Amino acid sequence: MELHTRTLTELARGLAAREFSAVELARALLERIERAQRPLNALISVTADGALAQAAAADREIAAGHAGPLTGIPLVHKDIFCTEGVRTTCGSRMLENFIAPYDATVVAKLKRAGMVMLGKANMDEFAMGSSNETSFFGPVRNPWNTRLVPGGSSGGSAAAVAARLTPAATATDTGGSIRQPAALCGVTGIKPTYGRVSRYGMIAFASSLDQGGILTTSAEDAALVLGTMAGFDPRDSTSVERPVPDYRAELGASIAGLRIGLLKEFFEEGLEPESGQRVRDALTAFERLGAKLKEVSLPSIALSVPAYYVVAPAECSSNLARYDGVRFGYRCQDPRDLADLYRRTRGEGFGAEVKRRIMTGTYVLSAGYYDAYYLKAQKVRQLIASDFERAFGEVDVIMGPTTPTPAFELGAKTADPITMYLNDIYTIGANLAGLPAMSIPCGFAGELPVGLQLIGPHFAEARLLNAAHAYQRETDWHRRIPPGYA
Amino acid sequence: MESAWETVIGLEIHAQLATKSKIFSGSATAYGAPPNTQADLVDLGYPGVLPVLNGAAVGMAVKFGLAIGAEVAAHSVFARKNYFYPDLPKGYQISQYELPIVARGALTIVLDDGTRKRIGITRAHLEEDAGKSLHEELARLTGIDLNRAGTPLLEIVSEPDLRSAKEAVAYMKKVHTLVRYLEICDGNMQEGSFRCDANVSVRRSGAEKLGTRAEIKNLNSFRFVEKAINYEIARQIELIESGGKVIQETRLYDPDAGETRSMRTKEEANDYRYFPDPDLLPLALGSSTIEDVRRTLPELPDEKAARFSRQYGLSEYDAGVLTASRELAAYYEEVAREVPGEPKLAANWVMGELAAALNRDGLEIEASRLGAAQLAGLLKRIADTTISGKIAKEVFEAMWTSGRDADAIIEEKGLKQITDSSAIERVIEEVMAKNPGQLADYRSGKDKLFGFFVGQVMKATQGKANPAQVNELLKRKLSA
Repeated sequence: MELHTRTLTELARGLAAREFSAVELARALLERIERAQRPLNALISVTADGALAQAAAADREIAAGHAGPLTGIPLVHKDIFCTEGVRTTCGSRMLENFIAPYDATVVAKLKRAGMVMLGKANMDEFAMGSSNETSFFGPVRNPWNTRLVPGGSSGGSAAAVAARLTPAATATDTGGSIRQPAALCGVTGIKPTYGRVSRYGMIAFASSLDQGGILTTSAEDAALVLGTMAGFDPRDSTSVERPVPDYRAELGASIAGLRIGLLKEFFEEGLEPESGQRVRDALTAFERLGAKLKEVSLPSIALSVPAYYVVAPAECSSNLARYDGVRFGYRCQDPRDLADLYRRTRGEGFGAEVKRRIMTGTYVLSAGYYDAYYLKAQKVRQLIASDFERAFGEVDVIMGPTTPTPAFELGAKTADPITMYLNDIYTIGANLAGLPAMSIPCGFAGELPVGLQLIGPHFAEARLLNAAHAYQRETDWHRRIPPGYA
Repeated sequence: MESAWETVIGLEIHAQLATKSKIFSGSATAYGAPPNTQADLVDLGYPGVLPVLNGAAVGMAVKFGLAIGAEVAAHSVFARKNYFYPDLPKGYQISQYELPIVARGALTIVLDDGTRKRIGITRAHLEEDAGKSLHEELARLTGIDLNRAGTPLLEIVSEPDLRSAKEAVAYMKKVHTLVRYLEICDGNMQEGSFRCDANVSVRRSGAEKLGTRAEIKNLNSFRFVEKAINYEIARQIELIESGGKVIQETRLYDPDAGETRSMRTKEEANDYRYFPDPDLLPLALGSSTIEDVRRTLPELPDEKAARFSRQYGLSEYDAGVLTASRELAAYYEEVAREVPGEPKLAANWVMGELAAALNRDGLEIEASRLGAAQLAGLLKRIADTTISGKIAKEVFEAMWTSGRDADAIIEEKGLKQITDSSAIERVIEEVMAKNPGQLADYRSGKDKLFGFFVGQVMKATQGKANPAQVNELLKRKLSA
């Protein structure tokens, strides 16, 4: 079996058995990255030298018998995570040449675990987008069909994992940015509970919604990496001080009796029929495994998109104020005065979608509008959170589609931002309520992968991962590789 | 003319909290380091970094709240105040807006006529300071020094209860004394550790509606506060009386010109778009935490002054002066303890000779050339009549210059008072013998010559004769 077709868990086994070295593995994947770069544009930076050095170090660890379960395993970081000495662009011209002087906590933890960084993944600018078309470094293309988008904002991460350029890629999810591209590219992605993974060094889009997670080809792999990424970080006041379970050790438990909530609102109009059918098929499969299905309703969920598009832009308008051309990042040529410096630096450094959200956010926080928009949106957020809480009184996991449709064509939705925003209609609720959620492949609509979404109560990552793993033991959708990348 | 007008003033005092590190980062807060050497990635607002609240700053804010009898919030919230300025790295300042940590307290000031006035304190909240823009040092460029960025501040907002510049200064001094007592602020106004903005308006006497106010920014001395407010009052009254209208604006005081100047009007003011900072959880304080802080409160200035009056029999004024700082009060108490039964003498010397000497050399009490025990050593010699008060002043000066103890100086210079009656009598007899003319005149009724004889005796003894004894013996001898 070729190295790239193996899951992370299988690669770890191979490395431990000295079947191949970490350097050989890194070389093989770097070669694939090079070949895939032109059609997919999945990576913004490739760090071949660093990767080979890290791989060599990993091999020494393995030889010395000091290896951990992730030693020598390659990965790609979404370019939103700061990496010391390697540029971190956040998909923006504003940070085109920004080299962070420090590692994000997630990066540091995975580095300490011996993982080998192959490069930095392309993404929507400042994680604002659902198609990876807002990147200053050009759009990422979907490995299943290069005329189509991979989803966003973690489109580069998802495409890289789908095309088997890396067994794992870090990602972030503010309104669906892990799950939506996972669904569109046919890979496994988990967004943990808000506060589970440190946000330190993860460039902020909307701080109260942003959460780091991981994209892999299987739930088992995700369990392994997430266990290493997660945990309290004294540098992030919103991270939660609570022990991290051994997610992988908890896999394999029977899911007989698991109460699955079918979210009524997610199966209504707007859901493309074939995708809907694949999701229903998956639910039937869960039933066969002994799970109990039950319809649940979240009456306020329809308000999630409008609430999100008030809260997220409000926070982003403030979070992105630091990009002013004074200390780092892009600065316009020959500013006449201070106002000119601000106006042109930000006007030239940010793309259209980022500017639209900064404008929206500035507006909703302005005197006279704050109560009508921001405060109202926060109340809606509370309603949605209590909807979920009520539902989780009846069921253990909520399941439904991740997206209304499979991948769409590049340019199809760029003209109308609202159409684009509606792509996240099923994913945003979990962010507003801070809940853990996953997307796993559950079949195809035509030739395109369809994602099944799993949402759990706070800190129920282990339950989600176990349910996904149980499903993946019975199915092989997650092992399907896009033609041309097999 | 002024009696036709009433002035309304509220102060916003910024006290820099005396923490070792910044409010949201681990950088040091020490003053005067080379530019940008005390600013880490958090202070620089780098992409991806996050603030972490410094617990020491919270403890200090709680201390202040308890000391002014305010409510300390069990739940307060940090908010972002958004505006662009080059010395504000994140493009927002982390402050507290709707839910401050301290609310509804008060302090009492004493007015010139001795009456007491309660000044309400609306709120006190925690926030971070901005950096500094340096416009002078670089030609055609503005330098940015971010050493100060992220320094913890307690902003103390008074009610508009102050009615004159004098009251404003009295209140500001009161707060200044308090924060130093609590050891939460070094009070150094030159370095900007303690400064204020003054909101000033005027209205016709008896009017209920407040006049339009102007805010004078960044006053960093008591003198400037008084001058700026008085200038502003006169400006507003003159403006209204000549048919104009005060506009709501921010003004700057120019100490060289002695005037305030418009900085920006309300229309030009920023819309700060406050909202809760999503990077920081709401600050929750349990009652046990608050009680723990309460136990660390020192004796407060007003309590101490009342005790001084009671315990040492001092006037309210003297007690107020001696408790103006914790260090001065401690010094006085040590002197009073060392010289039992003479608290008034101790007060007079601490407030008199010692204060004058400190003032002359520009020293604070902590840096006094004479320790309390040394001053007490001198006062003991007055109390036991070894030396007179007049000689004591001479000894004090010698002690101040040399740093030596009183006894050594008295001994060396032979300043010990002569209290031996026979010795004094001998001198008197000598003086009488040397001045037969004056003696005859005195005896024939020129009473005024008594002083002449006292002077001659004191001169002959180099001032060391006990004056009371000299008086008594002279009277007897001259009339004999």
